[in-house]
Amino acid sequence: MIDLANPTRFLSIVNRVLPWLVAATVLLFAFGLARAMNAPDDYQQGATVKIMFLHVPSAWLGMMGWGLMSVAALGTLVWRHPLADVAGKAAAPIGAAFTFVCLITGSLWGRPTWGTYWVWDARLTSVLVLFLLYLGVLALYWTAEDPGRGSRAAAILTLVGAVNLPIIKFSVDWWNTLHQPASILRMGGSTIDPSILWPLLIMAAAFTALFATLFLATMRNEILRRRVRAMRLIQAQEVRA
Amino acid sequence: MNLGPHADFIVAAYAVTVFVVAGLVAWVVLDYSAQRRILGDLEQSGVTRRSQRKADQ
Repeated sequence: MIDLANPTRFLSIVNRVLPWLVAATVLLFAFGLARAMNAPDDYQQGATVKIMFLHVPSAWLGMMGWGLMSVAALGTLVWRHPLADVAGKAAAPIGAAFTFVCLITGSLWGRPTWGTYWVWDARLTSVLVLFLLYLGVLALYWTAEDPGRGSRAAAILTLVGAVNLPIIKFSVDWWNTLHQPASILRMGGSTIDPSILWPLLIMAAAFTALFATLFLATMRNEILRRRVRAMRLIQAQEVRA
Repeated sequence: MNLGPHADFIVAAYAVTVFVVAGLVAWVVLDYSAQRRILGDLEQSGVTRRSQRKADQ
């Protein structure tokens, strides 16, 4: 961990790991999509169950992204780890994108299944709140004049927003929702048939590999951006002197 | 592969996902090359980071 705290050391590790992660992502998607396209139709939902292979992984990663940002926020505010703020800022746009995909694919799945694109039930609303929180954090990161203050404000909002994660997870148990209760991560095991569950798990692994790839690449970009900023400040000081 | 009567919804879901993921990948790749180019320009103009100066000494 001490080695990783050094951005130069971290960059060299990322440069070595990224090509392998890209290859793993491509292979997992090729395998996952082949299994997903050949999965049998659901006896009630028909072929629309294929939307699940996108919707469920993106929902998991939307929440995982915020969980990751919450750990990074603690690192920023409590331990002042040099890469914590970089990690938080890098995870935000990726988590927001996956949450957006979750909302859109859920809506497109809901219309043929429930008869409506949207309903203000607890699960859908709490995921929409998560997406709005992502936009709020991105606004703080991208518009703050002083990057340090923007990062601290984003970290505080991230920790406050973490309260929403258990609400999303348990909303289907605590309230009467149109959204179905948990059918994979639940006590007593999954209720999904293995012929559909396995493609879903492979697609979830593929999306997770994609998230990891984009996350590391975005962290690398952010470290380079901070170097550019530092060098421009030095350049400005030299011109003034 | 028969997608049934709701094929439009399935195709739209996959299309939106591909569009968003492709956008993310393009943003990351273009941002990386932009930062590398700016860093290269700054180094060529003689600007060095303080940590780089220490490493060189």
